[in-house]
Amino acid sequence: MNLIEQAKRKVSGSNFLLVVTIVMFAIMYLAGIIIYSRQGFGNMQTFMNMLIDNAGLIIVASGMTVVIITGGIDISVGSMVGLSCMMLAYMMEIKGMKASSAIVIVLIFGTLFGTVQGWLISYLKIQPFIVTLAGMFFARGLTAMISVDQIAILSNQTFLDMANKNIYLPFGAIVNKRGIKLFPFIHPSVVIALVTLAVIWYVLKYTKFGRSVFAIGGSEQSALLMGLNVRKVKMSAYVLNGFLSALGGFVFCLNTTSGFVEQARGFEMEAIASTVIGGTLLTGGVGTVVGSFFGVLIKAIIETYIRSNGTLSSWWNKIVLSLLLCFFIVLQSVFAAIRRRRS
Amino acid sequence: MSDTMGLIRKRGRALVGQRLFLPLFALFLVLIVNVIKTPAFFNISIQNGVLYGYIIDIINRSSELVILAVGMTLVIATGGIDISVGAVSALSAAVCVRLLGSSYDAYATPMILAIFVALIIGMIGGAFNGLLVSRLRIQAMVATLILFTAGRGVAQLISAREIGGKMVPGQIIYVRMESFKGIGGFLPKVIVPTPVFIAAAVVLIFYLVLTRTALGLYIKTVGINSRAGRLVGINSTFIIFLSYALCGLTAAMAGVISSSRIYSSDANNIGLYMELDAILAVALGGNSMAGGKFSLAGSVIGAITIQALTTSLYAMGVTADQLPVYKAIVVILIVSIQSEELKRWITARGGKKA
Repeated sequence: MNLIEQAKRKVSGSNFLLVVTIVMFAIMYLAGIIIYSRQGFGNMQTFMNMLIDNAGLIIVASGMTVVIITGGIDISVGSMVGLSCMMLAYMMEIKGMKASSAIVIVLIFGTLFGTVQGWLISYLKIQPFIVTLAGMFFARGLTAMISVDQIAILSNQTFLDMANKNIYLPFGAIVNKRGIKLFPFIHPSVVIALVTLAVIWYVLKYTKFGRSVFAIGGSEQSALLMGLNVRKVKMSAYVLNGFLSALGGFVFCLNTTSGFVEQARGFEMEAIASTVIGGTLLTGGVGTVVGSFFGVLIKAIIETYIRSNGTLSSWWNKIVLSLLLCFFIVLQSVFAAIRRRRS
Repeated sequence: MSDTMGLIRKRGRALVGQRLFLPLFALFLVLIVNVIKTPAFFNISIQNGVLYGYIIDIINRSSELVILAVGMTLVIATGGIDISVGAVSALSAAVCVRLLGSSYDAYATPMILAIFVALIIGMIGGAFNGLLVSRLRIQAMVATLILFTAGRGVAQLISAREIGGKMVPGQIIYVRMESFKGIGGFLPKVIVPTPVFIAAAVVLIFYLVLTRTALGLYIKTVGINSRAGRLVGINSTFIIFLSYALCGLTAAMAGVISSSRIYSSDANNIGLYMELDAILAVALGGNSMAGGKFSLAGSVIGAITIQALTTSLYAMGVTADQLPVYKAIVVILIVSIQSEELKRWITARGGKKA
């Protein structure tokens, strides 16, 4: 009896949405295994492919989680990812720069971009959506200024090695028709993504900065009265997000190895959707990056469904994801209403 | 001597403090630059029985933006924002064109009916946003992000054409009938482009409704303090809902005009970047992004200024994809000027000096 009470208390409140997400993921994954067994949905490699395809999104969604927990929003991340890819492609392909220096420049640019946005939001008190909306169009336009044509990264061997290196996992092997054991593999991008996720998780949970982020999202007024430097923490959140969106852009580029103007359009939507599906409240103060990770996985499963189905048009990807986001924010708001009534 | 200087300074400050100073000044600036670059800028002539000239072109092209800015003004005045207007425009355009069909002989649906349905679809899109924002209290940005992303996808699905016995979505459908071109072009024997009339009518109707009824006051109240509004008996939920629905309606109108201009539906390009332009027009019009007091005239002038800016940038050889860079910078400059924090900071510095 006591145990049930305890479990109930644990699940109630903010955890509830995370539990819904994880259960939903499990159901969708099992359903996929049953429906698309012939396409090999149950293979370990299918799951690893989801991670490979969405490594960039995992990173960007982690940054988005931090920003949304402070009660803000950043819709410039998609354009920033596109711009990072274009910058990398331009610097390495046209200018013949080394991969390492190109990556460092992109990361520095992303951090600067985040700093400017963060300063406007926290010090000039301009609403985050206006600033990041402008940032979104600014970055997209800048991408077009670098090059209107698609630039494919073909000559930089270091970068291509990084993109295509297979890291084999010691488990989950399948035996193919010829009797050869095939181990599932991942690319370095997945390692970068998972390490980033772990670092952000640690930062949010165990550092002063992380705790301040939650405090500000819960109530800015109280945080201020508590003596927290609200402006600085808020700005840092956007700086961090700027850095992470550039890092996400680099990882995204490892998958596409090219830069073009339309790249990663709608990526901000995917990041916000993943975060919200993962149980982060849009009003701020509540959320985990682990939830966002599961949000990304749910998005990945939908994509894999649609790809396995073959007959559905690619427009459905965005439509289904939007509907899912809609469902979860309605769920959040119903949940908030119930809590308001209780108190 | 110092008296006159003081008076001039006082007058100057009063002028700068005027609500419409910023939009008019910006418009003036853009026009001056244009006149210097092209001396024939203000020339208007009649060619092929219709008015012709740079100014006419700018006013004509700004029609959609003026209409959109009207809707966006209402939404921003309630303290929200709608970034789905471009996508809703594309959606309504797709519905309208799909209903009209691409036959050479007759419309598949009567034109009035098709336009009516398209407008209703736009209003439903707006109402959906409004529902999420007003009843479910979701951040306007995120609520409208749903349609921003999904809207074009749905528009692509609607823009389906039969190819090889199969309906293939994501096609550009053309309307072949001449009369459809009248909406975005010219009506027979009228020398002024039709969109200008539509835009003028929309502005006039909204202006009358907002000033002659209490709606305008209600919207202001909700934007300034929605709690206080509710306490004095205003149904703020409904007011917010209504503003989004009206914004969707204006987006649909803009979409129908755009599709008539190119007599086809292009789900990828109709209303592209329009949301930024509309928000920019409202900001430039001297309206606060935080909601509250608003000026329809300011937004209209703002919209025309944006179009003048766009046209001039095109003339300078900036491509459509690069335009947003300049506009984004202008947006940030305007909202920074409006920022109370910046004003406080500047006055604090000025105080120290004195």
